[in-house]
Amino acid sequence: MTAPQQQKLKITGPVVVTANRLGDGAVVYLDVQGGWTTSLAAAAVTTKVDEARALLMQGLADDINAVGAYIAPVLRSPDGVLTPGNLREQIRLHGPTVALPGAAGM
Amino acid sequence: MYLYDDLDRALLDDRVAEFRDQVARRISGELTEDEFKPLRLMNGVYLQLHAYMLRVCIPYGTLSSPQLRMLAHVARRYDRGYGHFTTRQNIQFNWIKLDELPDAIADLGKVGVHGMQTSGNCVRNITTDQWAGAAPDEIEDPRIFAEILRQHLTMHPEFSFLPRKFKIALTASAHDRAAIRVHDIGLRMHRNGAGETGFEVVVGGGLGRTPYVGKTINPFLHKRDLLSYVEAILRVYNQFGRRDNIYKARIKILVHELGAEAFGKEVEAEWRQIKDGPLALDAATIADIASRFSYPDYARLADDPTELSQARQTDKRFDTWLGNSVANHKQPGYAIVTLSLKPEGAPPGDATADQMDAIADLADKYSFGEIRVGHEQNLVLPHVAQHDLPALWRALDALGVATPNVGLVSDIIACPGLDYCSLANTRSIPVAQELTRRFRDLSLARDLGRLHINISGCINACGHHHVGHIGLLGVEKNGEEYFQVSIGGRADEKAGLGTLLGPAVPYAEVADVVEDIVAAYLELRERPDEIFLHTVERVGVEPFKERVYATR
Repeated sequence: MTAPQQQKLKITGPVVVTANRLGDGAVVYLDVQGGWTTSLAAAAVTTKVDEARALLMQGLADDINAVGAYIAPVLRSPDGVLTPGNLREQIRLHGPTVALPGAAGM
Repeated sequence: MYLYDDLDRALLDDRVAEFRDQVARRISGELTEDEFKPLRLMNGVYLQLHAYMLRVCIPYGTLSSPQLRMLAHVARRYDRGYGHFTTRQNIQFNWIKLDELPDAIADLGKVGVHGMQTSGNCVRNITTDQWAGAAPDEIEDPRIFAEILRQHLTMHPEFSFLPRKFKIALTASAHDRAAIRVHDIGLRMHRNGAGETGFEVVVGGGLGRTPYVGKTINPFLHKRDLLSYVEAILRVYNQFGRRDNIYKARIKILVHELGAEAFGKEVEAEWRQIKDGPLALDAATIADIASRFSYPDYARLADDPTELSQARQTDKRFDTWLGNSVANHKQPGYAIVTLSLKPEGAPPGDATADQMDAIADLADKYSFGEIRVGHEQNLVLPHVAQHDLPALWRALDALGVATPNVGLVSDIIACPGLDYCSLANTRSIPVAQELTRRFRDLSLARDLGRLHINISGCINACGHHHVGHIGLLGVEKNGEEYFQVSIGGRADEKAGLGTLLGPAVPYAEVADVVEDIVAAYLELRERPDEIFLHTVERVGVEPFKERVYATR
């Protein structure tokens, strides 16, 4: 398998680096300070390949706080609001699209 | 029920202590994720889209009431109050935190339940008929042999790093409820001409990216040879199975490429060297394992008691449920009861902690404390006195697990799909939910008769779509969810793969397409009792294809 730093990156729009938090698997995003945040609005965003690769390397270097960092597409509205770039990322951010059974679904 | 001994308990205790240490070292940073991942997977811990998922195996689908209560406790204490019963007689918890996993696994271990070998390239949970020990057409209880295999293959050093995962299923009834022909090894107990009991050995079945129905390599294997023969199969697979390509690593590819006959010869050659060694099962060994299963102390009862016939006459809903969800038992005066985990609009196979606790109580009261899990993602109370059925039904109805749709169009098998799974391309659960709404009319469902819809959210086929009477496979096209539709598959003793109807249809049209297929069936069937599958076998797929694509 090709290492992430050697993979050819193809970016067609704004992207962020996302991962799962080690302790509970929650979805997190790399922020501009190099930390992890659960808020997509606080994520570091780029449209440039080199910057995306650098962010990814930064995310992958942290093996304690987050697991499995990768680059994910986002959409940016005209007023700057970020939303996930595909259904998979929407579900990661917002949870299942179905009501959870029992009390969990209330 | 199988009763664990001190050795079993010590093994589980050791594993809990080991995993607790591994988690602590991961959290401290002593272990990297690359180092930790194979260790957590060996305990059934996956990292899914938005949380850790713990997969717990339920060997041969048998649970005691204390075990089910413990599953409820784990769901409530460590998760979000529910669990998901899978197509391989496992249960999955979707929201467990890493640092709480050792405590959860320790709690499960107290009742002999664990997640070992629910992941990784090893022999997975050995499954069987959920009616085992109760079915009238059963030759012997297949769980005894499943347990012999389980003991031998748990933490077996030679088979802990196979080319790929390995799934074994057994049945001992004429009607296959365990889908053995789509497993890596399927074992069908039967009697030979001399009246001896043994197994037909089927290998190389499987679904996923490259589906195959298994091939018979031994039509009759004596019981004494079960362990040595399975060992020989695994050795041949371990030696010749491909490790260079994950998509070609399953035994089904090896059997296909070598041919079943050549593969069988390799197995025979390996087996000859070990068949009379320590793996030969003598009658005493089988009897010893059998003696650790406890069986109900049945009362002497007659079939069709007065209470039952009275209830059938006075309550139409009860009568409908009885006709759908209750099956004959080998013991006079008793019945097998299936609990539908497929109510309208609910995720298939999900049960809340409260439901699990209540079902455990009902099992104590009405089924000798036993519960079963079937690969169709329903539960079973296997030993219910017929005179208790009216009272049991009222309790199950109040719990929401008495929808009389077992084996009908809304009894849908579905994987968790993209709502949970990191491998999925599309969602499965909302499709299933919409279909249960479309077919909420249970009179129509009964008129349709047996009709299995199976849904998978990706090519890995956890939802068994290839063997659904109607199979739905989610695929992604340009970022959108689409579904391929196949018909005519089946997972029983006449197992076969469905035929693809045509181009994939958009997510939003899937329920319409299924309704079109069902409408075509109603027009095409010769008689009301010709089930969907038989109509497809008689007329082929073309009339259905025309119906689905004529206006699309």
